[in-house]
Amino acid sequence: MSNRRIINRRPGQASAAWLAALPFLLLAGAYLIGSDIRLQANASDKLLPSLRTIGDTIGHLAFEADKRTGDYLFWKDSAASLIRLGVGMASATFIALSVGIAVGLIPYIRSTLSPFITVLSMIPPLAVLPILFIVFGMGELSKIVLIIFGVTPFLMRDTQLWVQSLPAEQLIKAQTLGANTWQVTLRVVLPQTLPRLIDSVRLSLGPAWLFLIAAEAIASTEGLGYRIFLVRRYMSMDVILPYVAWITLLAFVMDFILNRISHKAFPWQNLGGR
Amino acid sequence: MTAITVNNLWKEYADQVVLERVNLSVHNKSFCSIVGASGCGKTTFLRILLGQEIQSRGTVTLNGAPLPMDPSAERGIVFQRYSVFPHLNAVQNVAMGLELKRSPMLGRLFGGARNAALDEARAYLAAVGLDFAADKYPAELSGGMQQRLAIAQALIKKPKVLLLDEPFGALDPGIRTDMHELILRLWDESDMTIFMVTHDLEEGFKLGTRMLVFDKVRVDPDAPGAFGATITYDLALNKKTKGELKDIQNLDLKKKD
Repeated sequence: MSNRRIINRRPGQASAAWLAALPFLLLAGAYLIGSDIRLQANASDKLLPSLRTIGDTIGHLAFEADKRTGDYLFWKDSAASLIRLGVGMASATFIALSVGIAVGLIPYIRSTLSPFITVLSMIPPLAVLPILFIVFGMGELSKIVLIIFGVTPFLMRDTQLWVQSLPAEQLIKAQTLGANTWQVTLRVVLPQTLPRLIDSVRLSLGPAWLFLIAAEAIASTEGLGYRIFLVRRYMSMDVILPYVAWITLLAFVMDFILNRISHKAFPWQNLGGR
Repeated sequence: MTAITVNNLWKEYADQVVLERVNLSVHNKSFCSIVGASGCGKTTFLRILLGQEIQSRGTVTLNGAPLPMDPSAERGIVFQRYSVFPHLNAVQNVAMGLELKRSPMLGRLFGGARNAALDEARAYLAAVGLDFAADKYPAELSGGMQQRLAIAQALIKKPKVLLLDEPFGALDPGIRTDMHELILRLWDESDMTIFMVTHDLEEGFKLGTRMLVFDKVRVDPDAPGAFGATITYDLALNKKTKGELKDIQNLDLKKKD
C-alpha cells in the first residue's frame, strides 16, 4: 500500500476532509498568533486586529443603525453591491446568450460580428471606466455597465464557440424532423447551451466582483467595495478583513447555487454524454 | 414508379471535382446500397440527396419535383453518430418530430397534446424494440440502442426517403446483425426508399436491392482533384444475383475498399 507511487495513492474520505480543512486552519492559526504577538507589543495596533475587535466592529455595522444616516451599513452595503452585481450579470448573461447563439449558429451573422466581438473583448474594461462615468454619470448605471462590459465578451465568445461545436449532425437531423431555424434554436441549441452558459457565468463571477469593487472604489456612496476603500484611510483592518471574507463567502454561495441549478435543471449533462 | 431521378449531377469545390456525370433513376421502395473507396464522394452524394449540400450542376427530383434546398421532413437521416439529441430522453427524442409540426412557435407541446405525442412516440420506440428505455437519455444507451432510437426518430416523420450514412459502422458484429434484421423489417412494413452508404460490402449485398458503386473513371496522377467519381457499377440485387455477386466482390470490388 504505502510503497505505491504518490500519483497512485489516494486519501480516504475522512482524511480528504482533514486535508481540505488544513490550509484554512493553518491560515487562521497564523493570523491569530500574528495578531496576538503584535497586540502584545502595541495594544492599539490596527494591522491585525483581534477576533474580538472584528466581531465588535461588524456588530456595530450590521446590527446598530448608523448615527448619522440611520442605516444598517453592513446590510445596506451588501444590498447595494448585490443589486449591482445581479443586474449586471443578468444583463450580461442575456446579451451573451442571444448574441452568442446568433453568432454561433448563423454564418452570415458570424461573418458580420465575430471579428468585431473579438476586438471588443480585447479592450481592457477598466480603461473605459472614465468613459462610462462621463457617458452614464456617476450613478448606478455606469457601475452596472462596467460589469456588463467586463464579462459579456467572454460569455459571448464562449457561447459562440460552444454553439459552433455542436455536431452538425444534430442541426441536420432536427431539420429532417421538420424544424425551421427558430425551432432548431429553441429545441436543439438553447437547451444544450444553457448548462454551458451557467458554467461560464460561474467563471465570470470573479471578474464581475473585480469590476464592481473597482467601480465602487472610485465613485460610490455605498457598497462593499466603497466601504473597504473608505475605511482604508483609517487603516481599519477590523472592517476590511471581515468585508473581504463576506465578499468571498457571497461569491462562494453564488457559485454553489449556480452549480446546483445546473445539476438539477440539466440532469442529462452528467451522464457521460455531451 | 420512379421515386428519385438524378440527372447529370456534378459536385465541384474550388480546386476539386468530387462527383461528375452521376445519372440515376431509383424506383419507389428500393434499397440502394452505396459503396466505394474512402473519399470517392459517396457521402457527398448522400448529403446532396439530404439537402445538406447543393450540387454544382444537374438536377435531383423526388417524385418529379426538385428536391428542396434544405434538409426537410420528407427525407429522414440516420448518421453514424450524433443523430440523437443528448438533452432529451428516448421518448422525447422521438416525439420531437411531432412537436415541431404541431407547435410552430415553441416547437414544444404541453398537457394533453404532449401526452398524445409521447404515446405516439412510444409506439415507434416499441417498433424498434426500445419501449423499455423510453425514459433513458442517449448517454445511458448503448451504441446499438442509440441507432435504434435514431431510426425511430426518423420514422415518426414517415419519410419518403430514408438516408443511412454508415449507420451500423460503429457497432459490434452481433448487434449489427440485429440491426440488419430491424431495418429490413421496417423497410418491408413501409413505402420508403432507402439509400445506405456503407464501408461493408457484405452488408451492402445483404441489405440492398440495388448496389451503387462509386469510383473515379478517370484519374490524373498529377492532379488528383481534376476528375470526380461517378457510379461505375449499378447492380440489381436479388436472391440469385446476390449469390453470384459474392464471388465478384473478391475479384473486383474488394480492391477498391
